[in-house]
Amino acid sequence: MATSCFWEVMVVKKTHGSTQEEITRPVFDHLVDLAAFELDEDEAEYLRGELNGQLKAIAELEAIHIPADIAIATHGVPYPMENRPALRKDAVHSYPDSEAILEQAPEIEDRYIVVPDIPNEELS
Amino acid sequence: MTKPLCDRSAHELVGLLKAGEVSAVEVLDSTLERIQTVEGRAPSTAPYTSQPGDENHVHAYITVTEGRARRQAEAVDKKRLAGDDPGALAGVPVAVKDIFCVKDTPSTAASRILESFVAPYTATPVERLEAAGALTIGKVNLDEFTFGSSNESTAFQPAPRNPWNPAYVPGGSSGGSTAAVAAGEAVLSLGTDTAGSIRQPAAFCGVVGMKPTYGRVSRYGLIAFASSLDCPGPVARDVTDAALMMNVIAGEDHHDATAASVPVPDYTEGIEGGVQGMRIGLSPDYFRLRYPDPGTGELREQPVLAEIEAATRAAAEKLAAQGAVIVDDVPMPNTRYGIPVYFVISRVEAASNLHRYDGVKYGYRHPGQVNELRELYRRSRKEGFGLQPKLRILMGMYVSGAQYEHAYYERSLKVRSLIRRDFEAAFDRDGAYNLDALLTPTTPTTAFMMGRVYGDSVLMQYADLLTVPANHAGIPGLSIPAGLAENGMPIGIQLLGPDFSEANLLRIGRCYEMSTADADWRSIKPQVLAKG
Repeated sequence: MATSCFWEVMVVKKTHGSTQEEITRPVFDHLVDLAAFELDEDEAEYLRGELNGQLKAIAELEAIHIPADIAIATHGVPYPMENRPALRKDAVHSYPDSEAILEQAPEIEDRYIVVPDIPNEELS
Repeated sequence: MTKPLCDRSAHELVGLLKAGEVSAVEVLDSTLERIQTVEGRAPSTAPYTSQPGDENHVHAYITVTEGRARRQAEAVDKKRLAGDDPGALAGVPVAVKDIFCVKDTPSTAASRILESFVAPYTATPVERLEAAGALTIGKVNLDEFTFGSSNESTAFQPAPRNPWNPAYVPGGSSGGSTAAVAAGEAVLSLGTDTAGSIRQPAAFCGVVGMKPTYGRVSRYGLIAFASSLDCPGPVARDVTDAALMMNVIAGEDHHDATAASVPVPDYTEGIEGGVQGMRIGLSPDYFRLRYPDPGTGELREQPVLAEIEAATRAAAEKLAAQGAVIVDDVPMPNTRYGIPVYFVISRVEAASNLHRYDGVKYGYRHPGQVNELRELYRRSRKEGFGLQPKLRILMGMYVSGAQYEHAYYERSLKVRSLIRRDFEAAFDRDGAYNLDALLTPTTPTTAFMMGRVYGDSVLMQYADLLTVPANHAGIPGLSIPAGLAENGMPIGIQLLGPDFSEANLLRIGRCYEMSTADADWRSIKPQVLAKG
């Protein structure tokens, strides 16, 4: 078996894959808006293609039998009380070098971060 | 010819330094000289055009922090001369993956969006390394925000290359770390592992990499990718050095509520105690890869690269000869779900973590005129993020949408429990297998060529097929070099153990290392060094 045989097989299979798409252009455009992106056309088509490819790769999740007693795992490692650090006291500490943090802001005026106008939105 | 200082192990260097035989400044200079020889031109975020020489250099670093390292080296030497203890890693040059904040250094995550960000504080593991006398020699490259397995997605090009053959990728996302350590551009490196990002590049570059138990090493100051999976850990040239580094970085941290308060043992103690009576398992589910056909969805099966399987089985024989009990045919049936589950969990967490980059408080801001705030967000994120972060954010948003949450996210969290169950059954003291560790290949293949896989996000993700289950389960994993394939590229084998069993894994790894100390492959150097 050649070193990259695994990759080659995967590439060939993918080329002959079906063309059915779960993320259509309108769905994709909605996601792009939610994510606060703007995309060039070639970028958009590449990303949409990859998203549909990834959804195919995760499709098998639907078929997995999950026994009723299986709980969700938010972390792999359990967190019994004896493994947890004690919580900090709920006390205010002023940061010693707030200037260093403010210096990171792209635009500042009188220690305020400058942003463009915030549009009014009608909340329904 | 005497081995240059930059090629010595950390434990050897600390010994020489404490005995007054070398100074920290000499170690630093040796390492800087190596960087000068093999590194190549500094990377930048400007549109990349290949230049002569790019293809035979390592390009591990984004930033070399020579001034910081020199001040630290001088302080170490001063301490030693004054008769004070200079620390457990005194004078050892450490490269920090540029996903950690280090005060007063650019901390970029290999992304344009953080190119201008200078960290106002230092990550806990780095702070501990520096307090132990280590020299922070620089910040090394990675896949953008750690999103990849080859380093090709970094915004800082030229991307790192594999020192064993620069036509090949170093792996990722800690590829800058493993390339730097393999090439003698650092003695140790601090990496992170979310799906295999320490172990996979360690295997590809012929070095040692450990993903500790989730929570064993603090994540404070680590720029987050998938917060329930991210683990900082050591990259080293031998197992003892990884243990030495674990001694320094592991432990409770009041800045990170998930950093476990489990006591930290001395990982070097008993490391050469051998494996007599230890039960080490082999699982068929780690030798054959099962994955859905990318076209039809039908289940396919492929063996791992034959040379990698042979190296893993040969390692089992070596360990058996040292007294370990090898247990065959340990079932790990949920291994194959590791990647699909990862596609969901990691993307949801990534999308959540990456919403903070908006061009307002820090990082890249679109420099032109905009009319309103949302336009500023869109423009800044368009120009600041590369393709991989955009892809992960979009995927994370899609699968966590209200209408899909049950089918994808919640289901994935349950399948994660199934993956964890496989390990619990294998390591159960009262169970049928009662293992101390599972021995597996680290990767399905050796390093692939640059440009071979990049761009295909599904294919790239499969490079983590054998490493990602440990991240889901939270358990520790160790990748160690186990020979070279016919094409000259390194082979890595992996040891997986129960929660907080790092000491055992290191001990088994060290036993393998000692029993193969005379192997021919150990005397072969990476191509970039052999040439010099």
